[in-house]
Parts: sequence; C-alpha cells; structure tokens
Amino acid sequence: MSWTRKHLLGLQDLSRDEIQLILDTAEPCKEIFTRPIKKLPTLRGRVMVNLFYEPSTRTRTSFELAGKWMSVDVINISTNLSSVAKGESLKDTAKTIEALGADFVVIRHYAAGSAKLLAETVQVSVINAGDGAHEHPTQALLDLFTIRDKKGSIEGLHVAIVGDILHSRVARSNIWGLTKMGAKVTVIGPPTLIPQEIEQMGAEVSYDLDEVIPHVDVINMLRIQKERQVAGLFPSLREYSVLYGLNRRRLDQARDDVLVIHPGPTNLGVEITSEVAEDPRASIDEQVTNGVAVRMAVLYLLSGGKDIP
Amino acid sequence: MAIKAHIMDEEGIRRCLRRIAHEILERNRGVENLGLVGIRTRGVPLAERLARNIEEIEGKPVLAGTLDITLYRDDLTMVAPQPLVRKTEIPFDVTDRRLVLVDDVLYTGRTVRAALDALMDLGRPQSIQLAVLVDRGHRELPIRADYVGKNVPTSHREDVQVFLLEVDGEDKVLITEQV
Repeated sequence: MSWTRKHLLGLQDLSRDEIQLILDTAEPCKEIFTRPIKKLPTLRGRVMVNLFYEPSTRTRTSFELAGKWMSVDVINISTNLSSVAKGESLKDTAKTIEALGADFVVIRHYAAGSAKLLAETVQVSVINAGDGAHEHPTQALLDLFTIRDKKGSIEGLHVAIVGDILHSRVARSNIWGLTKMGAKVTVIGPPTLIPQEIEQMGAEVSYDLDEVIPHVDVINMLRIQKERQVAGLFPSLREYSVLYGLNRRRLDQARDDVLVIHPGPTNLGVEITSEVAEDPRASIDEQVTNGVAVRMAVLYLLSGGKDIP
Repeated sequence: MAIKAHIMDEEGIRRCLRRIAHEILERNRGVENLGLVGIRTRGVPLAERLARNIEEIEGKPVLAGTLDITLYRDDLTMVAPQPLVRKTEIPFDVTDRRLVLVDDVLYTGRTVRAALDALMDLGRPQSIQLAVLVDRGHRELPIRADYVGKNVPTSHREDVQVFLLEVDGEDKVLITEQV
C-alpha cells in the first residue's frame, strides 16, 4: 500500500487501506512528543498556509505545530484580518497563496465543497480542515487513531456518535471512517438534528441515549454548535442536556472500559459534564496530542502525492 | 536480476558477528555505558544478534534499540510515493552513552548520515561507532565503518542483498546484477 493522493478532502473518498496507512504513519510521528528536541527535518523548505474562514483553536494550532515539527514554514491567514475582509474571493485568495509558492493549503470554510473547489483551482496540496457540514477528515482520523490506540483495533467495535448530527462535519467524516474500518456506528440525537441521509451512509439511528449507552465501546460526544442553531430545532439547552448530555449517571450505565471522546471545544454542562470530561475513561486531552501526530502523517504522505482528483 | 556470487552463508554470518562482538568489547573495554542501535530493517536483527553474542562473551547484557531513519532521508523530494515510516524504539537515554550503529550494507553512506542526524535529535551521545555486515564501497560522503563483517568490492550495476532469518527466513548474502 502506498499513498498517491495530492489532496485530503474527505474520508468518503479514501479506502480502508489509505486510512490504515495514515494511522500507521501517525504512530511513529507521535513519538516526537517524548523527545527533548521536537523537530524533524523531513519537510524542510516546504510552505504551508492555514486559511481559516471560521474560528478555530485546536485545528489551526494543531496543523501549525504539525507543520513546524516537520520543518515546514507555516503562514496563518485569518480572514477577518486579510483581504478577504475587503471582499476578495476564495479563488483570488487561493491564486495569491499559490503565487507565494505554498506547497500545502489547509482550509476551513463555512461552505461545503470549498476544499474541493480549491483543489480544482490551484496546483497546491489542499487539506480540508472543515467545510460547512460536509467533512472534517483530520478530526475523524485523530478520533480513529485515539480509538485504535485505546482499544487495539477498530474492527468490530460499536461506536455511538451523540448530538447534533445535522450540522456536524465531524459526525459525517467519523461515520465514513468508522464504517470503512469495520466498526458499527449508531448516531443518537433529537430527531430534528438527525438528517435523513445518515442511514444511507451506513449508520444506525436512535433517539434514546439511555437505551444505547450500555452496549457501546466508544461514545463520541459532539459539541452543540450554538453558532449554527436556527430556532426551533430543540426546545432548550437544558432539555437537550437532560435527554442527550453525558453525565455521571449515564456514564455509570456504560461498560467499565468504555472510551469517551469529544472533538472539543466542550460546552461543559450541556453535552458533557466536567466530571465526565475528567473521568479516566475520557481521552479528550489525548485527542489533541494525537491530532498533531495524525496531521504530521498527512503532511508527510501528501508531500509525495501526485494525483489530481 | 542474476545472482553473480554467494558471498556469505549462515556460518559465515555467524562468525562475522561473533568477531564483531569481540571487537566491540575490546574497543569499548566491556559493555559499560554501551548501547547498540539497529537501523531498520535488517540492522535490527543484526543488532539483536550482536547483543546476544556480547552477552554470551561478557556475561553481562547490553542495551539495544531500533532506529527508523525515514523522516531523515535526503531523497524524500525525489521519491514518490513516500516511503513507509515506522517506529524508532530506543529504550534508553542516548545522552553520554557510547553507541554502536548497526546496519547490513554500507554503500553511499547516506543512510548512516540520516541515522547520525536522527540520533543527535534524541540526545548527545558520548560517541557513535558504526558496525556493518558488508562494506561494498562507493561512498558519497566522508563516512567509514568501525567494524566490518566483510569488504566486498562491487560495481554500481551490482547489488548486495542480505537475507536474514528473522526477516527473510534464511541467512545469506548475495551479489546480484541487473540483466
């Protein structure tokens, strides 16, 4: 198995073997955290541009650190401080980045399909860091990495994805990734926040968290995206929390070896209580660490990729 | 690929490693502060065999680890797709230690150059020596081995292929040539 892709746009396009290769490559990359000198010469002289049209702490800093540890020169563009605020289009911004000689562009954008559009516009390697409610492949890859790390294997596991599935690119990428790796996925949330197409992606649907929780190996709690809620999808955060929040009582119904993950940032007291977030069965901080390793692996593999999708 | 010569068999490899183990002990006056580091892939079983030999001779164990140099290669911009990266596992602190780097074939010296950089990123060893099963010449960098199993003059068109039981199911060293 060798890597030939130039872009990472989503997990829907990837084969099981390709996902496996990213996870296997991330494994040795994680070792750098134990080193006194956190720097590899691998991608010296390469340039990466972080182009973020939406706010982000974890993903942007994680990509930045992954790049820096591989000796990539990293430039951050926050669109509210750049010419985008003057009305520059995505394509024009992309052309500028290309003219600067960038090798990678990491894009976070509110519109689904923007990463693909960018990949068709420029000669640069494009990495999707979240496009609308479509995909967020590196988040799902770090979730898969964390699950494999804690459980040994993904094949045969039962994973619950809980919360706002409708607005969640993390959920979509996770469903593609988990089902390709042989896990069973159940999505759980209020009926208004579960889109109809989700069953066609290979996931089962439930509206009752208490019924599912005793049977799963992994619980992936999604963030309630307050910025994307339109009125009326659920009555109140309080009611949501009562029905779908992960608290001590619910966690006690789960298996002793259940793994709790959350893409962050957490709305403590809404989808997850601080007590659960700090429980030894939760690996939320380790997900952040694993995120850097997975992104290092992605940069390494893409730098040898040639194709144009 | 045509086989031109069979330059070592199981016995030959065994004797070479025994001698190198003695030489390492002589040069370093024992196993004190010593660490062996095998370069993936075939340097790893060679380092393990040297460690077993040294323990048999000296009656004391010696530390051994595994180095993957992929992320330090100087030809990554020229090869595509990217070569597989595997784990570096050195279960001891390299700082102030006398290290012996172990590989199967010494050729251009570029792998050793990468390995030296990789080791320096892990700490500050007191010294680094180099042990190889075969030195086939044609160095492109100012690097030489401290311990050599066999010096084998070769041409660029030839290839030295080392087979080891742990990786390949048998022990032998061949010279092959492209036809």
